[in-house]
Amino acid sequence: MNDMTPAQREARLEGVGCKRKRVEDVRFTQGKGNYVDDIKMPGMLHGDFVRSQYGHAKIKKIDTSRAKALPGVIAVLTAEDLKPLGLHWMPTLAGDVQAVLADGRVSFQNQEIAFVIATDRYITDDAIQLVDVEYEELPVIVDPFKAMLPDAPVLRPDLEGKMTGAHGPRKHHNHIFEWTIGDKEATDIAFSKAEVTIKELISYHRTHPSPLETCQCLASFDKIKGELTVYGTFQAPHVIRTVASLLSKIPEHKIHVIAPDIGGGFGNKVGAYAGYICSIVASIVTGLPVKWVEDRMENLSTTSFARDYHMTTEIAATKDGKVTGLRVHVLADHGAFDSCADPSKWPAGFFNIVTGSYDFPVAHVAVDGVYTNKAPGGVAYRCSFRVTEAAYCIERGMDILAQKLGMDPADLRMKNFVRREQFPYQSALGWEYDSGDYHLAMQKAMDAIGYKALRAEQKAKQAAFKRGETREIMGLGISFFTEIVGAGPSKNCDILGIAMFDSAEIRIHPTGSIIARMGSKSQGQGHETTWAQIIATELGIPSDDIMIEEGNTDTAPYGLGTYGSRSTPVAGAAIAMAARKIKNKAQMIAAHLLEVSEYDLEWDIDGFRVKGNPSRSKTMKEIAWAAYNSPPPGLEPGLEAVNYYDPPNMTYPFGAYFCVMDIDVDTGVAKTRRFYALDDCGTRINPMIIEGQVHGGLTEAFAIAMGQEIKYDEMGNVVGASFMDFFIPTAVETPKWETDFTVTPSPHHPIGANGVGESPNVGGVPAFSNAVNDAFQFLGSTHIQMPHDAWRIWEVGQKLGA
Amino acid sequence: MTDTIEQVAVAVTINGKRVKRFVDPRTLLIHFLREEMNLTGSHIGCETSHCGACTVEMDGLSVKSCTVFAVQANDTEVNTVEGLANADGTLHALQEGFRQMHGLQCGFCTPGMLMRAKVLLSENPDPSEDEIRFGIAGNLCRCTGYQNIVKAIQYAADKLNGRAQKEAAE
Ligand code: FES
Ligand code: FES
Repeated sequence: MNDMTPAQREARLEGVGCKRKRVEDVRFTQGKGNYVDDIKMPGMLHGDFVRSQYGHAKIKKIDTSRAKALPGVIAVLTAEDLKPLGLHWMPTLAGDVQAVLADGRVSFQNQEIAFVIATDRYITDDAIQLVDVEYEELPVIVDPFKAMLPDAPVLRPDLEGKMTGAHGPRKHHNHIFEWTIGDKEATDIAFSKAEVTIKELISYHRTHPSPLETCQCLASFDKIKGELTVYGTFQAPHVIRTVASLLSKIPEHKIHVIAPDIGGGFGNKVGAYAGYICSIVASIVTGLPVKWVEDRMENLSTTSFARDYHMTTEIAATKDGKVTGLRVHVLADHGAFDSCADPSKWPAGFFNIVTGSYDFPVAHVAVDGVYTNKAPGGVAYRCSFRVTEAAYCIERGMDILAQKLGMDPADLRMKNFVRREQFPYQSALGWEYDSGDYHLAMQKAMDAIGYKALRAEQKAKQAAFKRGETREIMGLGISFFTEIVGAGPSKNCDILGIAMFDSAEIRIHPTGSIIARMGSKSQGQGHETTWAQIIATELGIPSDDIMIEEGNTDTAPYGLGTYGSRSTPVAGAAIAMAARKIKNKAQMIAAHLLEVSEYDLEWDIDGFRVKGNPSRSKTMKEIAWAAYNSPPPGLEPGLEAVNYYDPPNMTYPFGAYFCVMDIDVDTGVAKTRRFYALDDCGTRINPMIIEGQVHGGLTEAFAIAMGQEIKYDEMGNVVGASFMDFFIPTAVETPKWETDFTVTPSPHHPIGANGVGESPNVGGVPAFSNAVNDAFQFLGSTHIQMPHDAWRIWEVGQKLGA
Repeated sequence: MTDTIEQVAVAVTINGKRVKRFVDPRTLLIHFLREEMNLTGSHIGCETSHCGACTVEMDGLSVKSCTVFAVQANDTEVNTVEGLANADGTLHALQEGFRQMHGLQCGFCTPGMLMRAKVLLSENPDPSEDEIRFGIAGNLCRCTGYQNIVKAIQYAADKLNGRAQKEAAE
């Protein structure tokens, strides 16, 4: 190493800050990924569901005899078969219960009724057609506002008379919980004194994360050993193991849960689904491995949904545009069962980040969760627990306020930002924002996009439109979001009572290479690449000599998994802390080898050197060998460490996004001319991967804002639950992304990193929606509901007489 | 497979190797490749012809193998991602390009994307950005937002045309 310059030694590590090419790509580009459906076991059977045709009905009879008679069919399970095991209902993460197989009643279309197990997936499909179900239709409710009417039909008779739920009192037979936060009295006073107020119902429609690989699993129960192995698309494999143990009563050490390569998650793969339970039961019953693979329609219509938040938003302000209060009431449609994936004490997630980037002196939020005849779920679709809804709410609200005040929406934001010197900042709804420089980021973004010139162009276009010279209008959408990620500190976050820490175990081999295992689980984020970079910088071992392993619950330390941009803030911190433990021991070994005191040593890129005498040094590689060969007397041999990291606070990434859109009012076609995204996610571990995350998240945001929706008709039919209708943009529609950044390291994270995966989704949706709204403002429009597909945009134009 | 359905013979050249098997007539090519031939590189994202994760090359054309019966592949040449690398074992310019330009994340769409891009470049060796975007519109990606996939295909086109490749992805 001595013949290398410090810069060369540094570069060789490919550590933090390096655009390191991904390790994963080598296998993925050669078709050698290992996804759940790629795994086969001898004697493997295939299970799949008979699903409800109706949104709400009594089940009078299930006749499985024709199906069972089909050659190749091994078994057909119904709720009756699961009852003796107590598994026909399962507890949800949100403290409710959910039918695993319909127990005399279906409450949403495509609900699971029976599980057919056969030798081959084609026969399973044939047999599904042969199960005869007799229904008696019941009145259907798909509108959460109607669900709360006094005479609305009872959607959950199993809860009848239970006027207290997991999160306090229920106000109505279709009510799940009310969650409130903030100072109501002070907020009411602020509104009564306000010079200007706005009030608008801002709805965020129901959508779905829809990763390209659907949810799937392969369960195999070994009767002799009493051990269960489950391969599955699990974003949180350890939690799945704990849930499986609690439900099946199989001791946790005899359950091997393995999440292999995962084809995207975006929140869809956090929950525990009926398919997992039925596969496990089927394997126990048949003694053979059972695979369950969702098809796309099942995926879109049953395993989770996202959003469906209806937010009545009020802002109070002074005449000159200083905000003085925020009041939001949310009607949250949770579908047929409350299986929302949130930390236990947070039934509305972290919606209380809704004050956003602005210095609201007072605020109050109330969220009412309600049941409807729609699919259960409520996952965070590339989002940290309702943060996306909150960001949309406040960013739309600020634009509406600007319109009312006749103020430029960028000026209004600048005027109300939390200022740099206010950090750490205590928000009116209870969060302590750790760091930020909002004015700097906003100014940089405005300069980059040429904000003033664009506003002037828009004005000219509006005048031309009014003169009848053009049929094209122009919108300029702004979003300045503050996120809250990295759930989370044990003082406020747990799932099933397990604190939301994360973990890392690092082991250095005698020759100086490393294996490290994490409680996190990549679904495309590239952890095998970036986690190694953190270790490389901390320990001075090149990234290429570090192997990262995730997803095997037998070998990895317990972790809460990967979702809500929590991996870098929590697991990333655990990695740095575990590495630092190793470094401390390495320092003792180096001191012994160099025959100096530990305190006489200093770290230098890839080893320790004697202060003031840099020629005397030991590389980490040499120290690793010594750890196994000649450890100092009294010190145990070996070089490894485990860390469980309980973060002291959440992290608060932020960003400034601008969208320039041209809309043809005669066709409703909206073209994104430019989209500029500035993100501040603190320390940037791998800029290439960050850019990739931003591109992907923006594309999802574009889809959601511009048309992606899970819609129900009045009969409870889910319409458009296939890739035919559900909007997934292709390369042709997808806008081109311009990315930029500022860096405000998180003060409490060991390497200052904040997490970025969901930022572009959180910030992107309001930017698109604000662009559409901004375009129509001069024609007298205040708020247009999402999604903004061409048909709806055209309709808006028609209504406004454009 | 079932014993109630008469099986039929399929003879097909996959990645240069001729194979013969008996299959149910309704067996889809994607299942034939994945289950029968253990070529699990091609994926299933929808089974309704929309996502392109199952895209393979059949007699020089791109097909979505979830919408082709195995028997339709009789007497054809099918190429999958497993056969994409060069004969000498080095990676194809597209495989290299996808890695260099960060054209993949979860990797689930990647095999289909690569096989589509291969045919695209054989039909149009020097496509413009718009031509690439249009050319891969039958392949959905949920992770990347396509921008780096476009760059990856440009990288491969440059390399195959003997031009210097652009700077790697930011
Ligand atoms: S699986 Fe064939 S197109 Fe989607
Ligand atoms: S890389 Fe995940 S779908 Fe394309």
